[in-house]
Amino acid sequence: MKELFDTYGALLIRAVGIHTVYVLISVVIGFILGLLFGILLSRVPRWSGIILPIVSVFQTIPGLAFIGLLFLWLGMVPATVIIALSIYAMFPVMKNTYTGILGVDKKYTEAARGCGMSPVQTLIRVELPLALPTIIAGLRMAAIYTVSWTVLASMIGLGGLGDFVYQGTSSNNNTLILLGAIPAAILAILIGALIDLLQKKVTPRGLKKEVRR
Amino acid sequence: MIEFKHVNKSYGKTPILKDLNFTIGDGQFVILIGPSGCGKTTTLKTINRLIEPDSGTICIDGKDIHTTDKVQLRRHIGYVIQQIGLFPNMTVAQNICVVPKLLKYSKARCDEIVHEMLHMVGMEQHADKYPSELSGGQQQRIGVLRALAASPPIVLMDEPFGALDPMTRETLQDEVKSLQQKLNKTIVFVTHDMGEALKLADVIIFMEGGRIVQMASPEEMLEHPATDLVRSFLGKHSPETPVPSKVESFMRTNVISVKKNRGIRECAERMARGNVDTLLVTDESGRYAGVVSIGDIRHWGRDLANIEPLIRQTARTARVGDDAKESFDYLLDSGANYVVVLNDDDTIAGIVTKTSVARSVADSLWGDAK
Repeated sequence: MKELFDTYGALLIRAVGIHTVYVLISVVIGFILGLLFGILLSRVPRWSGIILPIVSVFQTIPGLAFIGLLFLWLGMVPATVIIALSIYAMFPVMKNTYTGILGVDKKYTEAARGCGMSPVQTLIRVELPLALPTIIAGLRMAAIYTVSWTVLASMIGLGGLGDFVYQGTSSNNNTLILLGAIPAAILAILIGALIDLLQKKVTPRGLKKEVRR
Repeated sequence: MIEFKHVNKSYGKTPILKDLNFTIGDGQFVILIGPSGCGKTTTLKTINRLIEPDSGTICIDGKDIHTTDKVQLRRHIGYVIQQIGLFPNMTVAQNICVVPKLLKYSKARCDEIVHEMLHMVGMEQHADKYPSELSGGQQQRIGVLRALAASPPIVLMDEPFGALDPMTRETLQDEVKSLQQKLNKTIVFVTHDMGEALKLADVIIFMEGGRIVQMASPEEMLEHPATDLVRSFLGKHSPETPVPSKVESFMRTNVISVKKNRGIRECAERMARGNVDTLLVTDESGRYAGVVSIGDIRHWGRDLANIEPLIRQTARTARVGDDAKESFDYLLDSGANYVVVLNDDDTIAGIVTKTSVARSVADSLWGDAK
Protein backbone atom coordinates (compact mmCIF):
# COMPACT_ATOMS: atom_id res chain seq x y z
CA MET A 1 0.00 0.00 0.00
CA LYS A 2 2.78 2.36 1.00
CA GLU A 3 4.72 1.32 -2.04
CA LEU A 4 1.69 2.03 -4.18
CA PHE A 5 1.27 5.44 -2.68
CA ASP A 6 4.95 6.27 -3.07
CA THR A 7 4.76 5.38 -6.73
CA TYR A 8 1.43 6.99 -7.60
CA GLY A 9 0.71 9.38 -4.71
CA ALA A 10 1.80 12.60 -6.34
CA LEU A 11 0.28 11.60 -9.67
CA LEU A 12 -2.98 10.66 -7.96
CA ILE A 13 -3.28 13.96 -6.13
CA ARG A 14 -2.54 15.84 -9.28
CA ALA A 15 -5.10 13.75 -11.19
CA VAL A 16 -7.76 14.33 -8.55
CA GLY A 17 -7.01 18.05 -8.71
CA ILE A 18 -7.29 18.21 -12.49
CA HIS A 19 -10.41 16.06 -12.39
CA THR A 20 -12.05 18.31 -9.83
CA VAL A 21 -11.19 21.44 -11.75
CA TYR A 22 -12.73 20.02 -14.94
CA VAL A 23 -15.84 19.00 -13.05
CA LEU A 24 -16.27 22.34 -11.30
CA ILE A 25 -15.73 24.47 -14.37
CA SER A 26 -17.96 22.34 -16.58
CA VAL A 27 -20.72 22.06 -14.04
CA VAL A 28 -20.73 25.79 -13.39
CA ILE A 29 -20.87 26.58 -17.10
CA GLY A 30 -23.39 23.81 -17.70
CA PHE A 31 -25.53 25.02 -14.81
CA ILE A 32 -25.59 28.60 -16.05
CA LEU A 33 -26.39 27.55 -19.62
CA GLY A 34 -28.95 24.99 -18.47
CA LEU A 35 -30.66 27.51 -16.25
CA LEU A 36 -30.71 30.06 -19.02
CA PHE A 37 -32.05 27.72 -21.69
CA GLY A 38 -34.46 26.14 -19.24
CA ILE A 39 -35.91 29.56 -18.44
CA LEU A 40 -36.09 30.51 -22.10
CA LEU A 41 -37.78 27.24 -22.93
CA SER A 42 -40.28 27.74 -20.13
CA ARG A 43 -41.29 31.08 -21.70
CA VAL A 44 -42.39 29.26 -24.84
CA PRO A 45 -43.60 25.89 -23.61
CA ARG A 46 -45.09 25.32 -27.05
CA TRP A 47 -41.62 24.87 -28.47
CA SER A 48 -40.56 22.38 -25.86
CA GLY A 49 -42.41 19.67 -27.75
CA ILE A 50 -39.84 20.11 -30.51
CA ILE A 51 -36.78 21.18 -28.59
CA LEU A 52 -36.77 18.67 -25.74
CA PRO A 53 -36.88 15.57 -28.00
CA ILE A 54 -34.03 16.98 -30.10
CA VAL A 55 -32.08 17.61 -26.95
CA SER A 56 -32.63 14.12 -25.65
CA VAL A 57 -31.47 12.65 -28.96
CA PHE A 58 -28.35 14.74 -28.66
CA GLN A 59 -27.91 13.51 -25.14
CA THR A 60 -27.75 9.92 -26.32
CA ILE A 61 -24.64 10.61 -28.41
CA PRO A 62 -21.93 8.85 -26.44
CA GLY A 63 -19.64 11.27 -24.66
CA LEU A 64 -16.75 9.40 -26.15
CA ALA A 65 -17.86 10.17 -29.70
CA PHE A 66 -18.61 13.79 -28.89
CA ILE A 67 -15.25 14.46 -27.26
CA GLY A 68 -13.63 12.73 -30.23
CA LEU A 69 -15.41 15.04 -32.66
CA LEU A 70 -14.57 18.16 -30.67
CA PHE A 71 -10.99 16.97 -30.44
CA LEU A 72 -10.75 16.80 -34.23
CA TRP A 73 -12.07 20.33 -34.41
CA LEU A 74 -10.40 22.07 -31.48
CA GLY A 75 -7.38 19.90 -30.83
CA MET A 76 -5.85 18.74 -27.61
CA VAL A 77 -6.76 21.67 -25.39
CA PRO A 78 -8.66 21.73 -22.07
CA ALA A 79 -11.38 23.71 -23.85
CA THR A 80 -12.34 20.57 -25.75
CA VAL A 81 -13.03 18.68 -22.56
CA ILE A 82 -14.74 21.60 -20.85
CA ILE A 83 -17.02 22.35 -23.79
CA ALA A 84 -18.07 18.73 -24.09
CA LEU A 85 -18.62 18.28 -20.36
CA SER A 86 -20.46 21.59 -20.03
CA ILE A 87 -22.89 20.64 -22.74
CA TYR A 88 -23.57 17.30 -21.10
CA ALA A 89 -23.91 18.96 -17.70
CA MET A 90 -26.31 21.46 -19.22
CA PHE A 91 -28.99 18.95 -20.20
CA PRO A 92 -30.23 17.79 -16.81
CA VAL A 93 -30.19 21.34 -15.48
CA MET A 94 -32.08 22.63 -18.48
CA LYS A 95 -34.66 19.91 -18.33
CA ASN A 96 -35.21 20.30 -14.61
CA THR A 97 -35.35 24.07 -14.81
CA TYR A 98 -37.97 23.78 -17.51
CA THR A 99 -40.09 21.19 -15.73
CA GLY A 100 -39.55 22.95 -12.41
CA ILE A 101 -40.84 26.26 -13.68
CA LEU A 102 -43.72 24.66 -15.53
CA GLY A 103 -44.52 22.69 -12.41
CA VAL A 104 -45.10 25.86 -10.41
CA ASP A 105 -48.77 25.89 -9.54
CA LYS A 106 -50.72 28.30 -11.72
CA LYS A 107 -52.28 29.87 -8.64
CA TYR A 108 -48.92 31.36 -7.70
CA THR A 109 -48.20 32.82 -11.11
CA GLU A 110 -51.72 34.14 -11.36
CA ALA A 111 -51.46 35.71 -7.93
CA ALA A 112 -48.13 37.20 -8.94
CA ARG A 113 -49.55 38.67 -12.12
CA GLY A 114 -52.61 39.87 -10.29
CA CYS A 115 -50.41 41.63 -7.75
CA GLY A 116 -48.77 43.53 -10.56
CA MET A 117 -45.49 41.68 -10.99
CA SER A 118 -43.89 42.02 -14.39
CA PRO A 119 -42.96 38.75 -16.13
CA VAL A 120 -39.35 39.12 -14.98
CA GLN A 121 -40.41 39.83 -11.41
CA THR A 122 -42.74 36.84 -11.49
CA LEU A 123 -39.85 34.70 -12.69
CA ILE A 124 -37.34 35.90 -10.14
CA ARG A 125 -39.58 36.28 -7.11
CA VAL A 126 -41.98 33.41 -7.58
CA GLU A 127 -41.22 30.91 -10.31
CA LEU A 128 -37.50 30.37 -9.76
CA PRO A 129 -37.71 30.15 -5.96
CA LEU A 130 -40.49 27.63 -6.23
CA ALA A 131 -38.69 25.65 -8.93
CA LEU A 132 -35.40 25.76 -7.05
CA PRO A 133 -35.63 22.32 -5.42
CA THR A 134 -36.16 20.78 -8.85
CA ILE A 135 -33.41 22.86 -10.42
CA ILE A 136 -30.95 21.84 -7.72
CA ALA A 137 -31.89 18.21 -8.24
CA GLY A 138 -30.91 18.71 -11.88
CA LEU A 139 -27.64 20.27 -10.81
CA ARG A 140 -26.92 17.31 -8.58
CA MET A 141 -27.52 14.90 -11.39
CA ALA A 142 -25.35 16.96 -13.73
CA ALA A 143 -22.49 17.15 -11.23
CA ILE A 144 -22.45 13.45 -10.48
CA TYR A 145 -22.58 12.49 -14.14
CA THR A 146 -19.86 14.96 -14.94
CA VAL A 147 -17.51 13.33 -12.43
CA SER A 148 -17.74 10.09 -14.38
CA TRP A 149 -17.70 11.71 -17.80
CA THR A 150 -14.53 13.60 -16.91
CA VAL A 151 -12.74 10.27 -17.02
CA LEU A 152 -12.97 10.70 -20.80
CA ALA A 153 -10.60 13.68 -20.65
CA SER A 154 -7.62 11.40 -20.44
CA MET A 155 -8.73 9.76 -23.69
CA ILE A 156 -7.42 12.79 -25.52
CA GLY A 157 -4.44 13.04 -23.20
CA LEU A 158 -5.71 15.73 -20.92
CA GLY A 159 -5.25 13.97 -17.61
CA GLY A 160 -7.55 13.51 -14.66
CA LEU A 161 -8.44 10.26 -12.96
CA GLY A 162 -9.09 8.74 -16.36
CA ASP A 163 -5.34 8.36 -16.77
CA PHE A 164 -5.32 5.62 -14.17
CA VAL A 165 -8.34 3.89 -15.57
CA TYR A 166 -7.04 3.86 -19.14
CA GLN A 167 -3.54 2.78 -18.13
CA GLY A 168 -5.08 0.10 -15.97
CA THR A 169 -7.32 -1.26 -18.69
CA SER A 170 -4.63 -1.21 -21.35
CA SER A 171 -2.08 -2.91 -19.11
CA ASN A 172 -4.63 -5.16 -17.46
CA ASN A 173 -3.72 -3.70 -14.07
CA ASN A 174 -6.73 -3.81 -11.76
CA THR A 175 -4.98 -1.82 -9.06
CA LEU A 176 -4.58 1.09 -11.41
CA ILE A 177 -8.21 0.90 -12.49
CA LEU A 178 -9.32 1.01 -8.87
CA LEU A 179 -6.88 3.80 -8.16
CA GLY A 180 -8.75 5.86 -10.74
CA ALA A 181 -12.26 4.60 -10.05
CA ILE A 182 -12.35 4.82 -6.27
CA PRO A 183 -11.32 8.50 -6.01
CA ALA A 184 -13.79 9.27 -8.80
CA ALA A 185 -16.57 7.59 -6.86
CA ILE A 186 -15.60 9.40 -3.67
CA LEU A 187 -15.49 12.67 -5.58
CA ALA A 188 -19.00 12.03 -6.92
CA ILE A 189 -20.31 11.26 -3.44
CA LEU A 190 -18.66 14.35 -1.99
CA ILE A 191 -20.04 16.62 -4.66
CA GLY A 192 -23.48 15.05 -4.23
CA ALA A 193 -23.32 15.70 -0.49
CA LEU A 194 -22.17 19.24 -1.08
CA ILE A 195 -25.12 19.91 -3.33
CA ASP A 196 -27.52 18.33 -0.86
CA LEU A 197 -26.21 20.80 1.67
CA LEU A 198 -26.71 23.62 -0.82
CA GLN A 199 -30.22 22.34 -1.45
CA LYS A 200 -31.03 22.59 2.22
CA LYS A 201 -29.57 26.05 2.42
CA VAL A 202 -31.43 27.52 -0.53
CA THR A 203 -34.82 25.89 0.00
CA PRO A 204 -37.00 28.46 1.75
CA ARG A 205 -38.39 27.31 5.07
CA GLY A 206 -41.90 27.60 3.76
CA LEU A 207 -41.21 25.09 1.02
CA LYS A 208 -39.58 22.42 3.11
CA LYS A 209 -42.84 20.87 4.13
CA GLU A 210 -43.88 20.39 0.57
CA VAL A 211 -43.09 17.24 -1.33
CA ARG A 212 -39.97 17.49 -3.37
CA ARG A 213 -40.10 16.45 -6.93
CA MET B 1 -66.15 54.12 -10.73
CA ILE B 2 -65.80 51.18 -13.09
CA GLU B 3 -67.61 51.38 -16.40
CA PHE B 4 -68.06 48.59 -18.92
CA LYS B 5 -69.01 49.78 -22.38
CA HIS B 6 -69.91 47.23 -25.02
CA VAL B 7 -67.37 44.73 -23.76
CA ASN B 8 -67.09 41.55 -25.83
CA LYS B 9 -64.84 38.57 -25.47
CA SER B 10 -64.72 35.21 -27.14
CA TYR B 11 -62.41 32.26 -27.06
CA GLY B 12 -62.14 31.02 -30.59
CA LYS B 13 -65.71 30.97 -31.79
CA THR B 14 -67.25 30.69 -28.34
CA PRO B 15 -68.47 34.04 -27.10
CA ILE B 16 -67.82 34.48 -23.40
CA LEU B 17 -68.93 38.06 -22.87
CA LYS B 18 -71.61 39.58 -25.01
CA ASP B 19 -71.86 43.34 -25.10
CA LEU B 20 -71.53 44.03 -21.42
CA ASN B 21 -72.60 47.46 -20.26
CA PHE B 22 -72.70 48.41 -16.64
CA THR B 23 -71.32 50.83 -14.12
CA ILE B 24 -70.07 50.14 -10.65
CA GLY B 25 -70.10 53.08 -8.28
CA ASP B 26 -67.33 53.93 -5.82
CA GLY B 27 -67.48 52.17 -2.48
CA GLN B 28 -69.96 49.58 -3.69
CA PHE B 29 -69.78 45.92 -2.88
CA VAL B 30 -70.70 44.32 -6.18
CA ILE B 31 -71.24 40.61 -6.60
CA LEU B 32 -71.00 38.82 -9.92
CA ILE B 33 -73.01 35.66 -9.80
CA GLY B 34 -74.39 33.12 -12.23
CA PRO B 35 -74.09 29.51 -13.33
CA SER B 36 -70.62 28.24 -14.21
CA GLY B 37 -69.48 29.38 -17.60
CA CYS B 38 -71.62 32.49 -17.45
CA GLY B 39 -68.59 34.75 -17.79
CA LYS B 40 -68.47 36.14 -14.27
CA THR B 41 -64.81 35.34 -13.67
CA THR B 42 -63.89 36.52 -17.14
CA THR B 43 -65.66 39.79 -16.43
CA LEU B 44 -63.73 40.15 -13.20
CA LYS B 45 -60.40 39.47 -14.85
CA THR B 46 -60.96 42.03 -17.56
CA ILE B 47 -60.92 44.69 -14.86
CA ASN B 48 -57.25 44.10 -14.02
CA ARG B 49 -56.47 43.05 -17.57
CA LEU B 50 -55.60 39.48 -16.75
CA ILE B 51 -57.97 38.96 -19.66
CA GLU B 52 -58.21 41.47 -22.47
CA PRO B 53 -61.60 42.00 -24.06
CA ASP B 54 -61.86 41.69 -27.85
CA SER B 55 -63.79 44.91 -28.14
CA GLY B 56 -65.37 47.57 -26.00
CA THR B 57 -63.81 49.68 -23.31
CA ILE B 58 -63.51 49.45 -19.58
CA CYS B 59 -62.92 52.70 -17.76
CA ILE B 60 -61.87 53.21 -14.19
CA ASP B 61 -62.68 56.71 -13.00
CA GLY B 62 -63.23 57.73 -16.57
CA LYS B 63 -59.85 56.49 -17.78
CA ASP B 64 -59.72 53.68 -20.33
CA ILE B 65 -57.68 50.97 -18.63
CA HIS B 66 -56.40 49.83 -21.99
CA THR B 67 -54.26 52.94 -22.08
CA THR B 68 -52.71 52.18 -18.67
CA ASP B 69 -49.71 49.91 -18.34
CA LYS B 70 -51.21 46.67 -17.13
CA VAL B 71 -48.53 45.95 -14.57
CA GLN B 72 -49.05 49.40 -13.07
CA LEU B 73 -52.81 48.97 -13.25
CA ARG B 74 -52.70 45.72 -11.29
CA ARG B 75 -50.59 47.26 -8.56
CA HIS B 76 -53.46 49.63 -7.89
CA ILE B 77 -56.18 46.99 -7.89
CA GLY B 78 -56.27 44.41 -5.14
CA TYR B 79 -56.73 40.81 -6.23
CA VAL B 80 -57.78 37.78 -4.20
CA ILE B 81 -58.12 34.35 -5.78
CA GLN B 82 -59.96 31.27 -4.66
CA GLN B 83 -56.84 29.13 -4.37
CA ILE B 84 -55.42 31.83 -2.07
CA GLY B 85 -52.05 31.75 -3.82
CA LEU B 86 -49.91 33.03 -1.00
CA PHE B 87 -46.31 32.67 -2.11
CA PRO B 88 -45.04 29.68 -0.14
CA ASN B 89 -41.45 30.89 -0.29
CA MET B 90 -42.31 34.10 1.54
CA THR B 91 -43.38 34.74 5.10
CA VAL B 92 -46.75 36.20 5.98
CA ALA B 93 -45.16 39.64 6.31
CA GLN B 94 -43.40 39.32 2.96
CA ASN B 95 -46.60 38.18 1.32
CA ILE B 96 -48.50 41.17 2.63
CA CYS B 97 -45.78 43.47 1.40
CA VAL B 98 -45.57 42.15 -2.13
CA VAL B 99 -47.43 45.04 -3.69
CA PRO B 100 -46.03 47.80 -1.45
CA LYS B 101 -42.56 46.52 -2.38
CA LEU B 102 -43.41 46.54 -6.06
CA LEU B 103 -44.50 50.13 -5.57
CA LYS B 104 -41.15 50.80 -3.92
CA TYR B 105 -42.45 51.78 -0.50
CA SER B 106 -39.75 52.24 2.11
CA LYS B 107 -38.86 49.37 4.42
CA ALA B 108 -40.27 51.28 7.37
CA ARG B 109 -43.55 51.92 5.60
CA CYS B 110 -43.79 48.24 4.67
CA ASP B 111 -43.26 47.18 8.28
CA GLU B 112 -45.91 49.62 9.34
CA ILE B 113 -48.35 48.22 6.80
CA VAL B 114 -47.70 44.66 7.93
CA HIS B 115 -48.35 45.63 11.51
CA GLU B 116 -51.49 47.58 10.68
CA MET B 117 -52.89 44.87 8.46
CA LEU B 118 -52.23 42.00 10.84
CA HIS B 119 -53.63 44.05 13.67
CA MET B 120 -56.90 44.45 11.78
CA VAL B 121 -57.46 40.70 11.78
CA GLY B 122 -55.72 39.98 15.06
CA MET B 123 -52.90 37.92 13.57
CA GLU B 124 -49.87 39.94 14.67
CA GLN B 125 -48.13 36.93 16.09
CA HIS B 126 -48.08 35.22 12.70
CA ALA B 127 -45.98 37.77 10.81
CA ASP B 128 -42.93 35.55 10.47
CA LYS B 129 -44.71 32.31 9.75
CA TYR B 130 -44.88 30.72 6.33
CA PRO B 131 -48.22 30.12 4.64
CA SER B 132 -47.87 26.36 5.04
CA GLU B 133 -47.90 26.90 8.80
CA LEU B 134 -51.33 28.56 8.74
CA SER B 135 -54.84 27.15 8.49
CA GLY B 136 -56.85 27.68 5.32
CA GLY B 137 -58.92 30.44 6.87
CA GLN B 138 -55.84 32.22 8.19
CA GLN B 139 -54.20 31.92 4.79
CA GLN B 140 -57.11 33.54 3.03
CA ARG B 141 -57.19 36.31 5.61
CA ILE B 142 -53.61 37.03 4.64
CA GLY B 143 -54.65 36.74 1.00
CA VAL B 144 -57.19 39.48 1.58
CA LEU B 145 -54.65 41.59 3.46
CA ARG B 146 -52.17 41.20 0.61
CA ALA B 147 -54.79 42.65 -1.70
CA LEU B 148 -55.47 45.55 0.65
CA ALA B 149 -51.87 46.32 1.60
CA ALA B 150 -51.20 49.12 -0.85
CA SER B 151 -54.68 50.58 -0.16
CA PRO B 152 -56.06 50.11 -3.66
CA PRO B 153 -59.46 51.75 -4.12
CA ILE B 154 -60.71 48.67 -5.95
CA VAL B 155 -60.39 45.06 -4.85
CA LEU B 156 -61.28 42.10 -7.05
CA MET B 157 -62.16 38.82 -5.41
CA ASP B 158 -62.57 35.64 -7.38
CA GLU B 159 -64.58 33.18 -5.25
CA PRO B 160 -62.26 33.95 -2.37
CA PHE B 161 -64.05 31.82 0.20
CA GLY B 162 -65.13 28.96 -2.04
CA ALA B 163 -62.60 26.53 -0.66
CA LEU B 164 -63.16 27.27 3.01
CA ASP B 165 -65.34 25.41 5.44
CA PRO B 166 -68.73 27.04 6.16
CA MET B 167 -67.81 28.35 9.60
CA THR B 168 -64.61 30.01 8.45
CA ARG B 169 -66.41 31.32 5.39
CA GLU B 170 -69.02 33.05 7.54
CA THR B 171 -66.35 34.70 9.65
CA LEU B 172 -64.37 35.88 6.67
CA GLN B 173 -67.46 37.22 4.97
CA ASP B 174 -68.20 39.29 8.05
CA GLU B 175 -64.62 40.49 8.21
CA VAL B 176 -64.48 41.43 4.56
CA LYS B 177 -67.79 43.22 4.72
CA SER B 178 -66.70 45.25 7.71
CA LEU B 179 -63.28 45.97 6.19
CA GLN B 180 -64.98 47.12 3.03
CA GLN B 181 -67.24 49.47 4.93
CA LYS B 182 -64.47 50.72 7.16
CA LEU B 183 -62.00 51.34 4.35
CA ASN B 184 -64.67 52.32 1.84
CA LYS B 185 -63.39 50.05 -0.94
CA THR B 186 -65.07 49.20 -4.17
CA ILE B 187 -65.18 45.43 -4.19
CA VAL B 188 -66.04 43.28 -7.17
CA PHE B 189 -66.63 39.77 -5.96
CA VAL B 190 -67.35 36.61 -7.91
CA THR B 191 -69.30 33.80 -6.30
CA HIS B 192 -71.79 31.12 -7.18
CA ASP B 193 -73.24 31.11 -3.68
CA MET B 194 -76.38 33.21 -3.55
CA GLY B 195 -76.32 33.23 0.24
CA GLU B 196 -72.92 34.88 0.11
CA ALA B 197 -74.15 37.34 -2.50
CA LEU B 198 -77.23 38.33 -0.53
CA LYS B 199 -75.18 38.74 2.60
CA LEU B 200 -72.42 40.88 1.18
CA ALA B 201 -73.66 42.72 -1.87
CA ASP B 202 -74.85 46.25 -2.35
CA VAL B 203 -75.49 45.30 -5.94
CA ILE B 204 -75.79 41.84 -7.45
CA ILE B 205 -75.02 41.36 -11.11
CA PHE B 206 -76.57 38.13 -12.31
CA MET B 207 -74.99 36.79 -15.48
CA GLU B 208 -75.93 34.03 -17.84
CA GLY B 209 -74.31 33.10 -21.13
CA GLY B 210 -72.09 36.16 -21.17
CA ARG B 211 -74.89 38.62 -20.61
CA ILE B 212 -76.25 40.44 -17.62
CA VAL B 213 -79.64 39.05 -16.77
CA GLN B 214 -80.28 41.33 -13.85
CA MET B 215 -78.37 43.97 -11.97
CA ALA B 216 -80.13 44.89 -8.77
CA SER B 217 -79.84 45.23 -5.04
CA PRO B 218 -80.33 41.98 -3.11
CA GLU B 219 -83.68 43.27 -1.91
CA GLU B 220 -84.91 44.03 -5.35
CA MET B 221 -83.61 40.79 -6.79
CA LEU B 222 -85.44 38.84 -4.14
CA GLU B 223 -88.65 40.69 -4.74
CA HIS B 224 -88.51 40.73 -8.50
CA PRO B 225 -86.21 38.06 -9.89
CA ALA B 226 -85.86 38.81 -13.59
CA THR B 227 -85.96 35.24 -14.83
CA ASP B 228 -86.68 31.76 -13.59
CA LEU B 229 -82.96 31.08 -13.43
CA VAL B 230 -82.46 33.99 -11.06
CA ARG B 231 -85.38 32.73 -9.05
CA SER B 232 -83.92 29.25 -8.87
CA PHE B 233 -80.59 30.71 -7.75
CA LEU B 234 -82.37 32.66 -5.08
CA GLY B 235 -84.10 29.39 -4.24
CA LYS B 236 -83.89 28.64 -0.60
CA HIS B 237 -82.80 32.16 0.21
CA SER B 238 -86.16 33.73 -0.50
CA PRO B 239 -87.45 33.23 3.06
CA GLU B 240 -84.56 35.20 4.41
CA THR B 241 -86.18 38.20 2.89
CA PRO B 242 -88.97 39.87 4.73
CA VAL B 243 -91.83 37.50 3.96
CA PRO B 244 -94.60 39.42 2.21
CA SER B 245 -96.47 40.81 5.17
CA LYS B 246 -99.58 42.41 3.66
CA VAL B 247 -102.89 40.73 3.99
CA GLU B 248 -103.54 40.68 0.24
CA SER B 249 -100.56 38.40 -0.29
CA PHE B 250 -102.38 35.65 1.52
CA MET B 251 -106.00 36.06 0.58
CA ARG B 252 -108.05 33.86 -1.68
CA THR B 253 -109.66 35.90 -4.41
CA ASN B 254 -112.06 33.38 -5.89
CA VAL B 255 -114.73 33.92 -3.25
CA ILE B 256 -118.43 33.45 -3.74
CA SER B 257 -120.53 36.51 -3.16
CA VAL B 258 -124.15 37.33 -3.78
CA LYS B 259 -126.16 40.51 -4.12
CA LYS B 260 -128.39 41.21 -1.12
CA ASN B 261 -131.60 41.18 -3.19
CA ARG B 262 -131.12 37.55 -4.14
CA GLY B 263 -133.62 34.93 -3.12
CA ILE B 264 -133.19 32.47 -0.31
CA ARG B 265 -133.31 29.39 -2.48
CA GLU B 266 -130.71 30.67 -4.86
CA CYS B 267 -128.35 31.34 -1.99
CA ALA B 268 -128.90 27.96 -0.41
CA GLU B 269 -128.29 26.41 -3.78
CA ARG B 270 -124.99 28.30 -4.25
CA MET B 271 -123.79 27.37 -0.82
CA ALA B 272 -124.44 23.74 -1.56
CA ARG B 273 -122.64 23.94 -4.88
CA GLY B 274 -119.68 25.83 -3.46
CA ASN B 275 -119.60 23.54 -0.46
CA VAL B 276 -119.54 26.45 1.95
CA ASP B 277 -121.69 27.44 4.92
CA THR B 278 -121.63 31.20 4.43
CA LEU B 279 -121.84 33.62 1.56
CA LEU B 280 -120.51 37.10 1.32
CA VAL B 281 -123.19 39.59 0.51
CA THR B 282 -122.80 42.83 -1.40
CA ASP B 283 -125.20 45.70 -2.03
CA GLU B 284 -126.32 46.74 -5.48
CA SER B 285 -123.16 48.61 -6.24
CA GLY B 286 -120.91 45.72 -5.19
CA ARG B 287 -119.93 47.09 -1.77
CA TYR B 288 -119.57 44.57 1.02
CA ALA B 289 -122.69 44.33 3.13
CA GLY B 290 -122.11 41.33 5.38
CA VAL B 291 -122.53 37.58 5.33
CA VAL B 292 -125.37 35.13 5.39
CA SER B 293 -124.98 31.71 6.95
CA ILE B 294 -126.75 28.50 6.10
CA GLY B 295 -127.96 28.24 9.66
CA ASP B 296 -129.83 31.53 9.45
CA ILE B 297 -131.35 30.61 6.14
CA ARG B 298 -132.66 27.33 7.54
CA HIS B 299 -134.07 29.03 10.59
CA TRP B 300 -135.68 32.12 9.21
CA GLY B 301 -135.45 31.90 5.52
CA ARG B 302 -138.72 30.13 4.81
CA ASP B 303 -140.86 33.29 4.76
CA LEU B 304 -138.44 35.73 3.24
CA ALA B 305 -138.25 36.89 -0.35
CA ASN B 306 -134.56 37.73 -0.27
CA ILE B 307 -131.60 37.42 2.05
CA GLU B 308 -131.34 41.06 3.09
CA PRO B 309 -132.84 40.60 6.58
CA LEU B 310 -130.47 37.75 7.31
CA ILE B 311 -127.28 39.68 6.67
CA ARG B 312 -125.04 39.79 9.67
CA GLN B 313 -121.94 41.87 10.25
CA THR B 314 -120.23 39.21 12.30
CA ALA B 315 -117.33 38.53 9.98
CA ARG B 316 -114.22 40.45 10.73
CA THR B 317 -112.95 42.63 7.91
CA ALA B 318 -109.54 43.89 6.94
CA ARG B 319 -108.43 46.40 4.34
CA VAL B 320 -106.09 45.75 1.46
CA GLY B 321 -102.71 46.96 2.69
CA ASP B 322 -103.31 45.96 6.27
CA ASP B 323 -100.76 43.86 8.05
CA ALA B 324 -101.50 40.18 7.57
CA LYS B 325 -100.37 39.40 11.09
CA GLU B 326 -103.45 40.99 12.66
CA SER B 327 -105.79 38.86 10.59
CA PHE B 328 -103.71 35.77 11.27
CA ASP B 329 -103.76 36.39 14.99
CA TYR B 330 -107.51 36.91 14.91
CA LEU B 331 -108.08 33.70 12.97
CA LEU B 332 -105.93 31.68 15.30
CA ASP B 333 -107.27 33.20 18.52
CA SER B 334 -111.00 33.46 17.77
CA GLY B 335 -111.50 30.23 15.90
CA ALA B 336 -113.24 32.16 13.13
CA ASN B 337 -112.92 30.63 9.71
CA TYR B 338 -112.06 33.68 7.67
CA VAL B 339 -111.42 37.38 7.53
CA VAL B 340 -112.95 39.39 4.70
CA VAL B 341 -110.53 41.64 2.91
CA LEU B 342 -112.00 44.79 1.41
CA ASN B 343 -110.69 47.14 -1.21
CA ASP B 344 -110.63 50.85 -0.52
CA ASP B 345 -114.03 51.28 -2.16
CA ASP B 346 -115.56 48.62 0.12
CA THR B 347 -115.76 46.02 -2.61
CA ILE B 348 -114.59 42.54 -1.71
CA ALA B 349 -110.98 41.80 -2.50
CA GLY B 350 -110.92 38.29 -1.09
CA ILE B 351 -110.81 36.34 2.14
CA VAL B 352 -108.00 35.14 4.36
CA THR B 353 -108.51 31.70 5.79
CA LYS B 354 -106.63 29.44 8.15
CA THR B 355 -105.20 27.72 5.11
CA SER B 356 -103.52 30.99 4.21
CA VAL B 357 -101.92 31.07 7.63
CA ALA B 358 -100.66 27.56 7.18
CA ARG B 359 -99.21 28.37 3.78
CA SER B 360 -97.44 31.42 5.08
CA VAL B 361 -95.87 29.47 7.91
CA ALA B 362 -94.81 26.73 5.53
CA ASP B 363 -93.25 29.26 3.18
CA SER B 364 -91.14 30.82 5.83
CA LEU B 365 -90.07 27.44 7.11
CA TRP B 366 -89.23 25.61 3.93
CA GLY B 367 -88.79 28.32 1.41
CA ASP B 368 -90.37 28.94 -1.88
CA ALA B 369 -91.55 25.60 -3.13
CA LYS B 370 -91.24 26.87 -6.66
